[in-house]
Amino acid sequence: MPNYSWPPMESRKQIGKRYRRVDGIEKATGRAKYNSDLNKPGMLFAAMLTSPYAHAKVRSIDTSQAEKMPGVTAVRVVAPAGTELQWVSQEIAFVSATSEEVARDAVRAIKVDYEVLPHVVREEDLSKVADRAKPAGEQVTGDPDKAFREAEVISEGMYGIPVLTHCCLEPHGQVVEWKGDQINYWPSTQNVTNIGPDLAKNLGVPATQVKVHMDHIGGGFGSKFPADRWGVECANLSKASGGRPVKLFLDRATELNIAGNRPSAFAKIRLAAKKDGTIIGWESSSWATGGMSGGGMPPIPYVFVNIPNRRMNHTAVMTNCGPLRAWRAPNHPQASFLTCSAIEDLAAKLGLDPMEVFAKNMQWVAEARRDSYLAQLKKAAEMSEWSKRWHRRGDSGPGPIKRGMGIGICTWGGLGHASNCRVTIHPDGSVIVELGSQDLGTGTRTVIAQVVAETLGLPLESIKVNLGDNSYPPSNPSGGSTTVGGVSSSSRIAAVNALEKLFEKVAPALGAQPDQLEAVDGKIQVKGNPSKNLLWGAACKKLGVQSISEMGTNDPRNPRGLNTQGVAGIQVADVSVDTETGVVTMNRMVAVQDCGLVINPRLAESQVYGACIMSICGALMEERIMDAKTGRVLNPDMEFYKLAGIGDIGEILVDLHITPENDKRGVIGLGEPPTVGGIAAIANAVANAIGVRVPTVPLTPNRVLAALQERRA
Amino acid sequence: MQAFEYANPATLQEAVAMLGSSWGEADILAGGTDLISLMKDYIHTPKRVVNIKGLKELQGITKTATGLRIGAVVTFDEVAESPLIRSEYPSIVQAVLGVASPQIRNMGTVGGDLCQRNRCWYFRQGFGTLGKDKDGTSLPPIGENRYHAIFPKGDAYFVSASSLGPPLIALGAKVKIAGPSGSREIPVEELFVVPTSNKGREVSLAPNEILTEILIPSARGVRNATYEVRHKQALDWPLATASVALRMKGSTVASAKIVLGHVGPTPVIATEAEALLAGKALTPDLAAEAGKVAVNGAKPLSGNEYKVQLTRVAVKRALMEAMKARA
Amino acid sequence: MSKHHDEREEKALRSGFSRRGFLKGVSVTSGALGSAILEEDAQAQTAGRLFGPSAVPITLNINGADQKLTVEPRVTLLDACRNHLDLTGAKRVCDRGTCGACTMIVNGKVVYSCTVLAIDVQGKKIQTIEGISQAGKPHPVSVAFVNNDAQQCGYCTPGFVMAAKGFLDRNPNVTTLEQVEKGLGGNLCRCGTYVGVRKAVLEAAKAMKGGRNA
Repeated sequence: MPNYSWPPMESRKQIGKRYRRVDGIEKATGRAKYNSDLNKPGMLFAAMLTSPYAHAKVRSIDTSQAEKMPGVTAVRVVAPAGTELQWVSQEIAFVSATSEEVARDAVRAIKVDYEVLPHVVREEDLSKVADRAKPAGEQVTGDPDKAFREAEVISEGMYGIPVLTHCCLEPHGQVVEWKGDQINYWPSTQNVTNIGPDLAKNLGVPATQVKVHMDHIGGGFGSKFPADRWGVECANLSKASGGRPVKLFLDRATELNIAGNRPSAFAKIRLAAKKDGTIIGWESSSWATGGMSGGGMPPIPYVFVNIPNRRMNHTAVMTNCGPLRAWRAPNHPQASFLTCSAIEDLAAKLGLDPMEVFAKNMQWVAEARRDSYLAQLKKAAEMSEWSKRWHRRGDSGPGPIKRGMGIGICTWGGLGHASNCRVTIHPDGSVIVELGSQDLGTGTRTVIAQVVAETLGLPLESIKVNLGDNSYPPSNPSGGSTTVGGVSSSSRIAAVNALEKLFEKVAPALGAQPDQLEAVDGKIQVKGNPSKNLLWGAACKKLGVQSISEMGTNDPRNPRGLNTQGVAGIQVADVSVDTETGVVTMNRMVAVQDCGLVINPRLAESQVYGACIMSICGALMEERIMDAKTGRVLNPDMEFYKLAGIGDIGEILVDLHITPENDKRGVIGLGEPPTVGGIAAIANAVANAIGVRVPTVPLTPNRVLAALQERRA
Repeated sequence: MQAFEYANPATLQEAVAMLGSSWGEADILAGGTDLISLMKDYIHTPKRVVNIKGLKELQGITKTATGLRIGAVVTFDEVAESPLIRSEYPSIVQAVLGVASPQIRNMGTVGGDLCQRNRCWYFRQGFGTLGKDKDGTSLPPIGENRYHAIFPKGDAYFVSASSLGPPLIALGAKVKIAGPSGSREIPVEELFVVPTSNKGREVSLAPNEILTEILIPSARGVRNATYEVRHKQALDWPLATASVALRMKGSTVASAKIVLGHVGPTPVIATEAEALLAGKALTPDLAAEAGKVAVNGAKPLSGNEYKVQLTRVAVKRALMEAMKARA
Repeated sequence: MSKHHDEREEKALRSGFSRRGFLKGVSVTSGALGSAILEEDAQAQTAGRLFGPSAVPITLNINGADQKLTVEPRVTLLDACRNHLDLTGAKRVCDRGTCGACTMIVNGKVVYSCTVLAIDVQGKKIQTIEGISQAGKPHPVSVAFVNNDAQQCGYCTPGFVMAAKGFLDRNPNVTTLEQVEKGLGGNLCRCGTYVGVRKAVLEAAKAMKGGRNA
């Protein structure tokens, strides 16, 4: 049985190095082709007609004029008369034409008669949602009534976090060519291996007919797994247009309306505690929406899962809004925000340092992570100069600018997903690695190259990594921070297997047994006798005309110690608030995040930087704004759906908590956990600065000023 | 975008002749930063687009006997870089740099800034200039109005999006307008009007008129500044702005002009605050008092009370900035 | 319509400036759209100055070479490059002049190409991300972006690189983060790569001053 385990930390030559991403220069020179960049010969463009109403029935639809327009090749109606439309921008019809302009003109020539029906699109006031509220039933653990009777202090608060949209910069969409029994499918997807079967199922053809290819994806964040209506109809339009390729990528407004959102979360929370800050009881009544499906309860109390006495009620609200999709750590940022806000408010009520209160309550955290959290709190305090900068709630300094500090917390799984990898060593010494996976910008290609280079004792440049095609060995979708664990393990196993085969071929020439050989610094050599060696090229020549091609599989049920799950993370925010204008400015964000064995610290840090910035957007700017009367999303754009710019982020400090103990755990996914605690940290920092809780994020000037005014009143 | 005919007139006269006699027939293209988006959203569906960037009458920044002339197609970037403007009109430079995107500053023109349509999200989603639903209901007051007017007028709840309107009014500038029967000059405050119909416009131009230049009196001895309250550092619309121009007599304010931006359907002249300052030495307390007075008569909507406070602060800070500025 | 405005319109009419009158001297184009506001009998002296609404031949000078294409006047510079010339480095993201992913340099200045009509930039020098590498060597800004991992999904990256190049061309003496933040205030990233971008632009500034400017 070959030894697949990771080489010891101190002897690694490629793993752990801060390599630049291997596809970096392609992207930074504009050469990288995303599927939205494709121009296929004879390609048609498609456009879609969508609902202007949040709730309506299609009385009739007339496409005759559109069909007659010169350049139009096909029209497909997906919401025929009688269809009930449930949200603005829901798909009604698709048109393909010889140019994008004509396709759009044709969409506008389709006449639809609607019967407008009543809608509900807002959920923040539960008393106004009528029959759209679906209570999930009460959950009780321990004896919460007793805990609240015996509490030395009871702290309560109301907190809210709105619906956000993924706002992937590359919109959802694809090019599809359906010719005879072959479908060539170029989607923007996080799911190269399984999106083909999804499309096939919807088209009623065997999965074997769909060939998927994607080199790069411009953002997904959890929203790009299925083939979607637009993928299916793009294929149908291609077929109806004689097999010409058809391109359809959503426009920005449609993207923000229907291509995914993160559910909201609102909660009234009461904590029962002792004077020293120990929490003994939790009561929450929460509600949320993610569209017509309602949306699940955020996992509260978050991280402090063992708070002994709990009563929880959750209500899902069905709204006539675009449907939710998985969003980078589904439900965790909301849960962290609700929980950490409540704990910070408790600490403030007791006049205690929240660092101490968080530490004190670590007794309620899963035992496996407890020490990590305690160590991380300490590290985050040090990096953020907590002891120097923290003050009791309300900065008492002079002037209108108030400064404050706050804490947020995260946890996540991150176990490697099922992944298969093929490593091929050719007689000329070249090495190719193939996986039906995808690089979301996390650095997947680079990480795989490092693992294989390490294993084969080669420089990084000699490894060619091919991803993004469903003819490669299947890998699961990139979701749940499962990719890095999965692909690093499968490629390690495949590379070890391939190397074993190579050892068998070259052992006779070195007068040794295969198991006496090792691959180091571009040579195959005898262990303990490195002068007996063959250069890599010479060794591979021994293969004659026969390449080595070996598979490696990561099985999540037995990851062989190569990857594992369960991480802790602490974030601290340091903000300034202009109390005259309510404008919040980021001074600094500190993220201490463990992620086991780190294959490339540079790329891992980038993940955390990005996660912190996404949190800054969510804490200070981002929200989907719904109009009660018209049912429209009022800001399906990048003008009023506000994202932080380069001048809005302050300083960001990252610590990956790289320690021998963490390293020994193996690889753990990192994409999601650092996005979890930031909003909580920033909201807590603002409360600390201005002396009052701003209940609902984002912390815009209107909300900050309203909270200040309420305190004065 | 609906198909249109593109016109590239060689002379101002020709350009005027190429415009339509009613709104909707033709649109004027200068920087395009507003028009192209309006057309993409089918808010404007002109049959013809008339490019005026090539007209020589509309170019350049030049000194005149009484002050300065800025051609309508001069870009924000050219304004920000102009020594003539930088030396005398900090309030204009501050307003221009408030547009935090270099791309917009390179494209957007001063004429386009003054003539741009409003950014009310109901308007931008096809509910008309005033944002009215099919049944005639005004949507902003019953809907989401956090960025709307605290000085609404009639059914106009949107805010004028112009960056330059407030400083130009404060400085006593005029605009020159060319039409089929020749040209006319009006004070900048008369350029801005409150539309009374859902198809109305925010400026007093006729459909076949072109704003050709801005004429600004000399500001020598006039302390002037603009302060914008903005949520983001990167490109973002201001929430409230104030532009001030103070004619000084020694250390006291002889006369003051204070104009508020992004709080009403036109720039709002804060006459009470102007009167308050006259004949007094400007102190931080007086500046704060002027801010308070400036919002007298504000009628905030359900969700924009905060803008009253932001306006107070903008006035106060603009005044303090003006006192720092070179006279 | 405002009262003021109604008066203006009336004045226009009173001055004898009727629709028929003012259109004299303006040429005719074919097609229903043109005739809607144009008189059939108008003279042809400005014929060379009216284009479309159907596709018209245009020439764009992109990356130093003239490109001939036939597009409707409504086609943006971005769409002309992406859909007609296969120059797909610039990306269509917000498509409303807000995010900067489509940034190109026209006559030395950064612009949002999604908000520029292709027909409108004839005769100007247009630079796209494809044109800033020289002799196969990536531009120092591109190199600095890679060195500082100023990219993740990479979809905003070409726009950022062009914005940074345009900024540094005009401001070669950039040394502070604050300057960089102001210089790149017109671009947005969703993955959150700004930490790397800030460092990359400062590194590129040094490299370009070192004479490696393309």
